[in-house]
Formats: sequence, C-alpha cells, structure tokens
Amino acid sequence: MLECIDFAFLADRVIPALNRGLDVSLRLIIPAALIGGALGVFTGVTRVFGPRWARRLADAAVAVIRGVPLTVQLMILYFGLPNVPYLRIDLEPFTAALAGFIFCTGAYQSEYVRGALLSIRQGQIRAGQALGMTKLQIITSIVVPQAVRRALPGCGNEVIYLIKYSSLAYIITCIELTGRAKTLISQTYRPTEVYLTAALYYLAMVTLATWLLNWLERKLAIPGFGKNNT
Amino acid sequence: MDAFLHSLTTVFNALPYIAQGAFVTIVMVAGALSLGFLLGLPLAVAQVYAPRPVRMLVGLYVWFFRGVPVLLLLFLFYFGLFNVIGLDLGMIGSSCAVLGLASAAYQSQIFRGSIQSLPSGQFKAGRALGMTDMQCIRSVVLPQALRISIPAWSNEYSILLKDSAMCFALGTPEIMARTHFVASRTYEYLPLYIAAGCIYFLITLAGITLLRRLERRVRIPGCAAPDMTGDSAGGMQTGI
Amino acid sequence: MNASSPLLQVRGVSKTLGGRAILHDVSITVDPGDLKVLIGPSGAGKSTFLQCINRLIAPDEGEILLNGMPIDGSSTAELCRLRQEVGMIFQDFNLFDHLTAEANVALALRKVRGLSSDNAGKRARKELERVGLASRAGLYPAQLSGGQKQRVAIARALAMEPKVLLLDEPTSALDPELVGEVLAVIRDLAAGGMPMIMATHQMDFARSLATEILFMEQGRIIEQGSPADLLATGANTRTRDFCSRLIASESGKAGA
Repeated sequence: MLECIDFAFLADRVIPALNRGLDVSLRLIIPAALIGGALGVFTGVTRVFGPRWARRLADAAVAVIRGVPLTVQLMILYFGLPNVPYLRIDLEPFTAALAGFIFCTGAYQSEYVRGALLSIRQGQIRAGQALGMTKLQIITSIVVPQAVRRALPGCGNEVIYLIKYSSLAYIITCIELTGRAKTLISQTYRPTEVYLTAALYYLAMVTLATWLLNWLERKLAIPGFGKNNT
Repeated sequence: MDAFLHSLTTVFNALPYIAQGAFVTIVMVAGALSLGFLLGLPLAVAQVYAPRPVRMLVGLYVWFFRGVPVLLLLFLFYFGLFNVIGLDLGMIGSSCAVLGLASAAYQSQIFRGSIQSLPSGQFKAGRALGMTDMQCIRSVVLPQALRISIPAWSNEYSILLKDSAMCFALGTPEIMARTHFVASRTYEYLPLYIAAGCIYFLITLAGITLLRRLERRVRIPGCAAPDMTGDSAGGMQTGI
Repeated sequence: MNASSPLLQVRGVSKTLGGRAILHDVSITVDPGDLKVLIGPSGAGKSTFLQCINRLIAPDEGEILLNGMPIDGSSTAELCRLRQEVGMIFQDFNLFDHLTAEANVALALRKVRGLSSDNAGKRARKELERVGLASRAGLYPAQLSGGQKQRVAIARALAMEPKVLLLDEPTSALDPELVGEVLAVIRDLAAGGMPMIMATHQMDFARSLATEILFMEQGRIIEQGSPADLLATGANTRTRDFCSRLIASESGKAGA
C-alpha cells in the first residue's frame, strides 16, 4: 500500500503548492470568522432588542442570505457588482470572497445569537431587577454570560462550515487551497493524489477547530446549565 | 431606464433556458437526498447498535465526508477516484453521487441523534415481547426516530440544494452553470444572478412546504419533535 | 425620614394587561414587624400585585411610598433604590443559572452595593450559613434541590439588607417534603421582625404567623383582617370558605 504513494512528488510539488494555498485560505477564514462573528453578534442583538424597523430589516437580510446559495452570492459580489449603474464596484477576487464569507457567517451566526438571547428566561432578568441591578449590569453579568454559553456550540459549528465553504473562493478565481490543487493538477495530471492531500489539509483544519471548540466549551461548561431548559 | 428594460428582457429571454437547469438541479438534489437517505439510515443504525470496529469505520466515513468541502469532494471523485475505479457516471450522475455520499454522512448524524433521543424503554419493551433486535429497530425505533428527524431533515434538504450550486464548477448543466453561461455572453451578470438566487429561494420554499405537509401527515398525537428553536421560550422579547 | 409614616405604603394600584383589568385599586401598608399574607385563587392578581410593589411591573395607576416618600417610577436611580430596599422571593426561585450559590448571593453585593469580591464572598457565605447552606456554597443551581434553591434565593435577597421582603408563593413550586425547610427559614425571619408581604396557600402558616390576612379575588382585596377574625370557627367570611375548600382538596390529594 505504502509503495503506491510517490513521496518525492508529494514533498517536492504538492506540499509546497498547497502550503501557499493554505496561507490564502487562512487569510480568508480567520478574518471572516472574526469580523463575521462580530457582525453576527451585532445582527443577532438587533434582531432581538432593536427597534421594529431594524428587526424587520435584519430578519429580511438574514432570510435572503440563508435562502440563496453562497455560490450565487459570491458570483453577485464578483461578477455582478460591476453591473450596478453609477457605482461600478469592481472587487478583487480575494476581497469579493472575504466580503461574501463575512456576510454569510454574520447571517448564520446571528441565528445562534438570537436563539441564545431568546432562550434566557424572563425570570433571570426579573431576579436581577429585583436586586436593584441596572439594565447595563443585568446585560453584562447575567444576559451575556448565559447567552455566550448557549450560542457557543452553534457558533462553533458555523466556524467549521466556514472553513469548508472557504473553498468556494476558487469559483471566483481567488486561488486558495482548492484553487492551488486545481492549478497543480492542470500541470501534473495527477488529480487523485493532489485532491486527497488537499482533503487532508481541510480535515486537519476542521479537526483542529473542532478540538479547540470542544475544549472551549468544556472550559466554560457549568454543571446542569444549558441542558433541557426551554 | 433603457438599460433596465434591456436587462429585464435578457433575464426574461433566458428564463426557459435556466428553467431547464432548475430541472437538472431538482433531479440531482432528489437523487442525492435519496442516496443519502438509503446510505445514511444504515450508517446511523450501525453507529448506535453495531460492534465497535464497525462503529469506528462508520465514524471514519462521517469524519471524512463532513470534514472535506463539497467542492473538493466533487473534484476528487469526478476527476480522480471515479476514474481510478473505472466508474463513468457522467457529469450529472457524478454530481448526484458525490452530493449523496456527503449527505449520507450528515443524514446519518441526524438519524443517530433521533435514535439516541428515544427512551431506552422503547427498545426494552420490544425485546420483552420476544422481538429480535432487528425487529425492534425496524418496527419500534425507526418509525419514531424518522418522525423526529423530519425538521432536521428539511434543513438538510435546503443545505443540499444550496450545495448543488457548486456542481457548476464541474460543468454540470444546472441553474448556476446555465446562468453563468448566459451572463458571460450578455454581460448582464447582476440581474441574471439575482434571478438565479430567486429560483433557488423558490425551490427551497417549495421543498420545505412539502416537508412540513409530510410532517403533519405522519404526526402521532403527543409524539412531537422537541422544539429546538428556542422561539417558544420568548423570554427576552418582553424586554429588560 | 418621617417617624409617623409607615415603612411601605402602596396606594390605589391598578393594572390592565391586554385589555383585561388585572388589578383594581389595591392598597396595602406595611409597618415594622408586619407579616401580611395575601391569599386567594390563582389568577386573583396576587403575583402581579407583588411585582407592582417593586415595580417589576409598572402599575397604570397608584403610588408607592417608601418611608413616606413617593417613588418616581420614571427615574432609574430611584427604581434601583426601591428594589434594594424591597427584596423579592420568586415562586420559581430564579437563581442565576450560570453562577454558584455563593456567586448568586455575591453578584448584587458587588454590582449594586459596590463591595469588593472578597467582602462580597465573605458576606455571601455568612448569608448562606444563616439559611443552613454553608456547605453548598460552591454548587450550581442545577445541583441543588428545590428547597435548597429557594433558601439560596432567600439568602440572596437578605444579603441586600432589605427593609421589606416580598414573597411570591415561595413554596408552591416545591415537592411537599421540601416545603418545611423553606417555611422554617421564613418563620425565623418573621421571628426576627422582618416586615414581609407573602402570597401563599400555606394556611397553617398564615394562621399562626400572619399579622393580617388579605383575601384577593379578581384583582381586588375583598376581605382583610387578623387571622383570628377571618378564620374563626363560625365566621362567615370568603376567606374561611376558600380555606376550607383548599384544605379539603389538599387532604383529598394526600389521600389519593
């Protein structure tokens, strides 16, 4: 089995090329996770506490982003925006991909943030009020610590999705990990080995992220909290 | 104004052509969902009830197909593995097969969760009546687990439908590929992609409505999926 | 402030929710050493009334006076002050689910009273000891029994050194065998002279300790007086009628 693998080819051609792709992938994933996460928190909070018009607007935007394939969104950002009369926004592939990932992550994350905020029982807030705490104190010492823990599993899952969907950047010619693999194959015609190696790169990223998130969840876990509560 | 009318005419003229792509998309997604179901259900049962080595193999399958991007899976199988084993499914067939293999991994986790959420007394009661384990699974566990799974399953449907748009990277003549083809000739990218987005939106909506109807039809009184949305709690809406 | 004015005075509180009148011109006065017991069928407005007193629910009409000074409901600072002076115990405890018993008690001490973490912790442990839970300080709400949760909730309210305590059916959510430990704590408080308004269905408790019983129905107080007057054998009162039915259904439940 092992002698079928051409180690020289892997070491000389595949790994250096994929490492360059990985660099671009990470430069897409990490900022998209951070900025998209912040956008998701902002949107989620708006959808629960915002004025009626802002709630409606945010709900609609999230519904549209969640209802349309990311592929379509990326195509709109890259090929479609230059069509807009007068504005003629012409984004670089990398910028368009990053923007698409940020909006998409923000929309999905806001769902978890919203769910977590809605799941906090009214009684928790009442109890804070009854002790004479101010609105700000209630938000910072009761609502946020509880909501973070409720939202974490879903939000973590979303980061995993982002890692995988970052491969779509290739479609709008941003050459990241998948794109590098594709380019290399057009030179070497050895698809199975190259794609399998690229798959291992993604598996490594996803597995590492899963470990980190599980560790974080365990670290923040509170006995009996977050289980069978409505 | 003229430009706007021109865009509108282009979209309108392209609709029949794109609609054929919608047909391909729907067939592909239906095929992938079915394959995912047929493969995912035994995987789920194996992951709960099978001996440890089998469970680990299933775990490996799930880990691989859930950890690798669908786009890369499409490339890997279409250009690589399918050729290696001498399988020629064509573009639509290959897309359908890869989406189905990936969906099997996701669906197995949905079914596994549902099976494990059933009280263990259900299985015991079946055994106490002298049923074999297979009979218990077939006629006691699965009828309940599948019903519980419908909401998550309809979510999987909408994810799969959206993922199917990636197949255009292979050249599969579905909605995106056809839209892109027209757009690159007419340069009406924006209106055409928005139209494509609307088509996806409509297909998602139609499918979810259908699945809701199914859920209502097979519902057993007093036996419902737990409400995971958190909407029912609704505590915070009354404000601080 | 004013030696002659009552500790807490609630005057003419009315509340309409969703077009339905929940409270209609309800008043109550609490003096030092008072234990006022609210009884009545569920849906009578007892819980809404208690929450109007510390303005967790803003009443449509009516006045709340603390030491003779009216509270301005539109001022956040005055609201927070009112709630510090008027503690509350909830039917379903409402312990903060993400904090240990000790942290539950210490949180408001730090945030509202401005105590240091050390002092707040020390104080919290002292309060928990008072309700017999010193050994449970490090446990989270999910690890406590219902009775223990309610005792932590009482410790949390007492730590703020309230002038008056509101108790909203503090034993209704408890299993019967756990009711006693919570009532014992409340009895100690009454013996120590803590002024309280308590909604409850525990008639034996009300009979033996209440300074006044107020019977509520459909958002109004329809009878009030000392337990001796309202519950005397032969007294033809709604209160007595209600209690005998309550006791009948209780013993029926116990027999089943």
